[in-house]
Amino acid sequence: LALAPRVLADPVDEALTIDGQEIITTAPAPTEPEGHPFDEVRSGWLYREPDTRSMEADSFENPGMLAVERGEEIWNTAEGEAGQSCASCHEDASEFLKGVGASYPKWDEASGKPINIELFINKHREEKMGAEAYKFDEDAQKDLTAFIKNQSLGIPVEIDLSEGDMMSWWEEGKERYYLRTGQLNLSCATCHEQNNGRYIRADHLSQGNTNGFPTYRLKQGALVSLHNRFRGCIRDTRAEFPDAFSDELMALEVYTAWRGGGLSVETPAVRQ
Amino acid sequence: MKRLSALAFILALPTAALAAEVAPGEVSFDGMAVSEPVAKSAGDPEAGREVFVDRGLGNCLACHQNSEIENAQFPGNVGPSMDGVASRWEPGQLRAIIVNAKEIFGPDTIMPGFYTLDVGVDVAEDRKGETILSAQQVEDVVAYLATLEQESAQ
Ligand code: HEC
Ligand code: HEC
Ligand code: HEC
Repeated sequence: LALAPRVLADPVDEALTIDGQEIITTAPAPTEPEGHPFDEVRSGWLYREPDTRSMEADSFENPGMLAVERGEEIWNTAEGEAGQSCASCHEDASEFLKGVGASYPKWDEASGKPINIELFINKHREEKMGAEAYKFDEDAQKDLTAFIKNQSLGIPVEIDLSEGDMMSWWEEGKERYYLRTGQLNLSCATCHEQNNGRYIRADHLSQGNTNGFPTYRLKQGALVSLHNRFRGCIRDTRAEFPDAFSDELMALEVYTAWRGGGLSVETPAVRQ
Repeated sequence: MKRLSALAFILALPTAALAAEVAPGEVSFDGMAVSEPVAKSAGDPEAGREVFVDRGLGNCLACHQNSEIENAQFPGNVGPSMDGVASRWEPGQLRAIIVNAKEIFGPDTIMPGFYTLDVGVDVAEDRKGETILSAQQVEDVVAYLATLEQESAQ
C-alpha cells in the first residue's frame, strides 16, 4: 500500500542582517567528528513566520533586547562580599566578551566537566565576587546570559572538542539525542532530523539548533533558556525530564552546539 | 453485601458475552492487521471523531490533515492526510496502525503507539503503565476512520 504524498515545507531562503551585522543562517555541517546527519545546518530563524523573522531582524523591535539591556546593568553592578562586579575585572565588556558566547560549552578543568555560560556566571559570582549562585532560570541568570551571548552576535558557533574529556560528553549527548523517551516514544532526532521541515500543528520543525539562546519566545512573552527548551521538548514526549545543568542536559548541550556549528550566534533570537 | 451485589452483577451478564477486552501486550498482529477488536463493544464513529480531535487523547490533527473536520486549527503535515484513508486501509489494518504504528511502519516512525506499553524511557509518572488510548477509544477511532472513504475535492 502506497502512502499518500506528504508536503515538505522548505525553510525560507532569505538573508538575515541585524544592525548591519550579517548573520550566518546556513553553513556547511561540521565534518569533525564524522556523522553529522545534514549537509547543511540551518538556523531556526529560517523556519519562522515573516513577522517573527522581521522582529528578530530589527533590534528595536526585538523584545529580547530589553533583557540584554538589563543584563548589561547586572554586568556593571557590584554584588557579594568582594564588592565587585563583572566589569570590575573585565573592563571593556564588548571587547572582552567578543566570541566568548560562541565558544561555549567549554571544558572546565576544575570541575572535570563541560561548563556553559550560565554555570560560568555562577562560578565567577561565587569564586570572584563572593555572591550567591543564581537559581536556574532566575531572571538575572537569563538576562546576563543573553547579554554575554549578544556580545558574540554574528560570530559563528565553534566549540573545542579536543579539550579534556569533551569527546565523551559529545558521545553521551549523541546517545541522548537519539534516545526515545516518554509515552509518545520520540527522540530529538524523530522531530528535528527525520521530520525537519514538516509541521506539527503550527510548529514548523527546525533542526533544533541552539545558536539563538536564550531566545525570546512570543508564546511565553519572555526569554527562554536553553535548558528550559530542552526540558520542554522532553516533557512533550510525556516523559520525566532531567534537571537543568544535569550531566544529561550538559551532554546534550555539547552535542547540539556541535550540530549547529558554523551558524552565527543570534542571541536573543525571536521564536514563536 | 458487597459480595452479593457483585455476584448478582456477574449473573446478570448474558452468558454469550461479547469478546473480552484484549490487554495491550496481548494484541496479536497477523501480517499488517489486527483482525479482532480489542474492546468489548463495537466502535462508535462519533466518539472516535472526538478522540481524533482531542489534544489530550488522539491529538491526531497535530500530524494529520483531515478535510472532514471543518475549522480544524493548524493541522500538521508530519503524516499523510486522512482524506480517503478507509479506501487505502482495511479496518483491521487501521486498528493495527493505531494500536502500534511501529508494527506497520517500522521502528523509526514518529507516530506514537496508542495501545501499547512498548514505549520510550522515563515515562512521566502520571502516565506510567498506561496506554495513550483505552481499548474502547481505539475501536471508536477505527470506526471513525472507516467512514473516511472519499478523497477530498481539494
Ligand atoms: C575578581 C575578578 C573577576 C570578577 C569579579 C569576575 N571575573 Fe570573570 N574572569 C576573571 C579572570 C582572572 C578570568 C580568566 C581566568 C579564569 O577563567 O578564571 C576570567 C574569565 C572569565 C570568562 C572566560 C572567558 C573565556 O574566554 O572563556 C568569563 C565568561 C567570565 N570571566 C565572566 C565573568 C562574569 C559573567 C562575571 C560576573 C558575574 C565575572 N567574570 C566576574 C576574573 C573575574
Ligand atoms: C514532539 C516533537 C519534538 C521533540 C521530540 C523534540 N522537539 Fe525540540 N522542538 C520541537 C518544536 C515543535 C520546536 C519549535 C519549532 C522549532 O524550532 O523546531 C522545537 C524547538 C527546539 C529548539 C529551539 C530551536 C530554535 O531555533 O529556537 C531546540 C534547541 C530543540 N527543540 C531541541 C530539542 C532537543 C535537544 C530534543 C530532544 C531532547 C528535542 N528538541 C525534542 C519539537 C520537538
Ligand atoms: C506525531 C505524529 C503523528 C501522530 C500524533 C499521529 N500520526 Fe498517524 N501517522 C504519522 C506518520 C508520520 C504516518 C506515516 C507513516 C510513517 O511515515 O511513519 C502516519 C500514518 C497514519 C495512517 C496511515 C495513513 C495512510 O494514508 O497511509 C493512519 C490511518 C494514521 N496515521 C492515523 C492516525 C490516528 C488516528 C492518529 C491519532 C489517534 C494518528 N495517526 C496520530 C504520524 C502521526
